[in-house]
Parts: sequence; C-alpha cells; structure tokens
Amino acid sequence: MSATGKPVLEVRDVTKSFGEREVLRGVDLGVREHEAIALIGASGSGKSTLLRCIDLLEEVDDGDIFLDGEVITDPAVDPVAVRRRLALVFQAYNLFPHLSALQNVVLGEMRAHGASRAEAEERGRELLARFGLAGREDDRPENLSGGQQQRVAIARAFAGRPRALLLDEVTSALDPELVGEVLEAVRDLKRDGMTMLIATHEMSFAREVADQVAFLYEGRILEQGPPEQVLEAPRRDETKRFLTRLLRVGR
Amino acid sequence: MPSSRRLEREAAKRRRHRRGQAIAALSSIVVLGGLAALILTSPGWPEVRETFFNWEVFKESFPDVLKAFWLDVKIFLTAELAILVVGLVVALIRIARSPAMFPVRLLSVVFVDLFRGVPTILLVFLIGFGVPALQLSGTPNDPVVLGAIALVLSYSAYVAEVYRAGINSVHRGQRDAALAVGLTETQAMRHVILPQAVRRVAPPLLNDFVALQKDVALISILGPLEAFREAQIIESLTFNFTPLVAAALLYLAVTVPTARIVDRLGGPEGAVR
Repeated sequence: MSATGKPVLEVRDVTKSFGEREVLRGVDLGVREHEAIALIGASGSGKSTLLRCIDLLEEVDDGDIFLDGEVITDPAVDPVAVRRRLALVFQAYNLFPHLSALQNVVLGEMRAHGASRAEAEERGRELLARFGLAGREDDRPENLSGGQQQRVAIARAFAGRPRALLLDEVTSALDPELVGEVLEAVRDLKRDGMTMLIATHEMSFAREVADQVAFLYEGRILEQGPPEQVLEAPRRDETKRFLTRLLRVGR
Repeated sequence: MPSSRRLEREAAKRRRHRRGQAIAALSSIVVLGGLAALILTSPGWPEVRETFFNWEVFKESFPDVLKAFWLDVKIFLTAELAILVVGLVVALIRIARSPAMFPVRLLSVVFVDLFRGVPTILLVFLIGFGVPALQLSGTPNDPVVLGAIALVLSYSAYVAEVYRAGINSVHRGQRDAALAVGLTETQAMRHVILPQAVRRVAPPLLNDFVALQKDVALISILGPLEAFREAQIIESLTFNFTPLVAAALLYLAVTVPTARIVDRLGGPEGAVR
C-alpha cells in the first residue's frame, strides 16, 4: 500500500535536552497514513529520544507533536489516552518477564482498552500465530529466543490497534541470524498498511520497506526523501559519510 | 562406547569428589568433637547438665511451654500478615510522586526512621504501657494486642524499605513498556512492577520474618503468658533452667524451617548440603 492522505503524525520544531546535552534541536517530520518512514542516523543522533518524545515517555522542551491533527504535547493532554493510540517497540524488547507471551500481548488490551479476557486472548492468540509464535503462548520470555521475544513485543504493540507504530531499532539487540524473522514481521505490518516510524540501522531493510528515509544528524533531520535518493544519491556530505561508515562494517 | 580419555577424566573427578567428602567428614569430627569434648570436660558441666538439660524437668515443663508457645505462633502469624500490608502501603506512599501526597510521603519517611530507629524492646514497652495510660476510649488495652502492634510498627518500617528496594530494582524499561501499552502509572505499578519486585524481595522479607518470630518473646515484658514468660515462671518455681531450653527449641522449630525456605528461594548457593 502506498502512502496517501492526511498526516497521522506531525513533529514540528521539537527540541529536547538532557541537562546540558541537546539531543533534539528542532526536528520537523511528518508521517502520513499508511506511510513507513525509516529514521536513520548514528547512535546518539536522537532517534530513540524522538520516538520516546512522540510516545510521551519523554517531555519535549519546545515545539509540538500532533497525532491525527491534534496536539499531544500540550500539558493539558492526558498522556495515557495518547499512548493508547500509539505503540512503541523497544530495542531491548522490554517484555514483562513475569508474564507469558500471551499475557504480555493481552495485558494492554484488557487493562488499557477494556477488552474482556476472552476476546483479548482470542485476538492475542491470533496475533501470536500471525507472527509465527503459535504454540508459544504460554512460554515465559526467558524461554524464547531474542527474535521470538521481539516478535512477541511487536504483537503486543500491535494488539492495541495503534494509529501509528514506533519501532526503536528493533533488530539491534539480536544475533544476526535472528534479524530476518523480525524484519519479516515488520514487512507484514507494512503490507497491512500500518503507519510506521522506524528507527533502524538496517539500510537494505529501510530501502525495501520505507516510503521515505529521514537522516537524523546531531538532533536535526538533515535530509529526507525516497530511499533511492537518500541512500544512493545523498545530497549532504554528512549523509554520505554516515552511509560510507555503515558500508565499511557491512550493513 | 566412551573413549579412554573420558573414562580417565571421570575417574579423576570421582577421586576428587571422594577426597572432598573425606576431608569434610574429618574436619567435622575434629571441630564438633573438639567442641563437645571442651564442654563435656569443663569443670561446671555436671551442674550445667543438671540445671539446663534435665530430662525430668523437660518432660514435666514441655507441655506448658508448648501451650504458651501457641500464643507466639498466633501473634507472629497475625503480625506477619499485617506487616506485609502496612510495609507495602508505607513503601508505595514513599515512592509516590504526586504532589498531593507530599504530607503523607513525609509521614512515611518519619514512620520508617522512627520505628526502625528505636530498639524493638523499647517500642514494645512504650506502646504496651503508654497507650493504656492515655486512657482514650476505643484504644486496645490487651497487652497481647499492644505488643503485636509494637512489633508490626517496628517490622513494617524494615519491610517497607525492603519493598522499596525491590521496586527500585525493577528496570526502568518495564515502566516504559507498561506505559507504552497504555497502562496508567498505577496500573503499571500494580500489574508490571510490583509483581516483579515482590518476587525479588521474597527472600529478604522471609529473613525479616525469622527475626520477628523470635522477637515475639519481647512481648513477655508486658505480661502475656507466651513461651518465654511461661518458661521463666517454671524456672523460678523449680530453680531449673531446662524450661528455657525447651522454649528455645520451640523457637528454633519455627525459625529454622523459615530459614530453609529463604535458602531455597535465594538459590542453591546459601544452602548447606
């Protein structure tokens, strides 16, 4: 499905500092319905912080973020209600270790979205099966491989029927041979038309799945465009240098 | 068919194991035997045996001490339940971030500092004699209840800190993930953080309960006939300390099993096998 229509997420001139360190210095970014944007950039360039600001896990210092045209960074907005319309998948999975795979998926459904146990579990099983985890419903995270854990995390994120899915380097903590299965899950969501903002170091994946690639450099979006353009014919020297460095380590 | 190299390795391992066992046995005999010999050959031993380990007196006094011990059991079981709840409430108040909670949060800090900082025996004394002296209507007058309240206050202060340490030890990413799936802060605490924290602090919690189970004897200073008090009374009538040894055995009978549960929860490292 190609990207069309109105913007789901809009980031306008957002800044964020941690103490003296300015992490975001005026980020502008829009994600339209059914669009997938890959957010690339070096470690420490602010990718995670941007995603955490959008999911209101961090408070922005300045600027605003809009979800479906409504401002969500206003102090009067209830962050819980906003988070229920978004979903974030973490680099380190952050599954709940005391709960089974299925319980991880249904917790938000039941407690945040008010679904009954029966309907939440039925949908949870469907989702786990969809991401290749049929039969693993009752396993604790510690008994699953990294790739399986991350797929549970994706199912958990998707369970809340989010307007947009934020993916924070979801393959960075994985052994190389497990990366493929997680990327396949993301591809599946893309085919479904999920609106996504994907922070990633996997350039070939970005090229394949993303409609747009945005290059984040020292807290600003330095360059944005279709993957072919940004990844193969970057306009900025910083982008070129970043891509060359990645090529050297074989990504 | 295992290779000869493997057989050799296994034989060496068995030899090492047998040697280890022999050393353990020998050193146990030397240490324990030496201690026993030291005590049994001491000049005062015949008299000590007569006054502390008198079988006749033991048989005579044990039923009474045991009956009194049931009061200890009732007190510590009730107190433990109350402590689990009070300690948790104090811990949750102390970590609550809402500004409206500020005065209660301050109180919870004072609660912990105060009741953890005063010797338990003093607290039993102050509450046991102080509260009735206020002559307020509705306050309990039963020394058993007052003593139990003193223990609950003292141990809740410790347990609150144990809970708090457990809650703080749960990784921040767990809270993030709970909020990200749409839970409120309260739901995140209730469904994600607390269950993990409580599992983690179960061994130190039970450890505090071992301490509590013997500190119940402190209530005797208020007068209730619990095991220690009963043993003391028989002692003063017979001029023989054996009833106190009987009481000691009863305390051990509840604290040792609790300690073994702590070992099991804490993993195999701590257990003697």
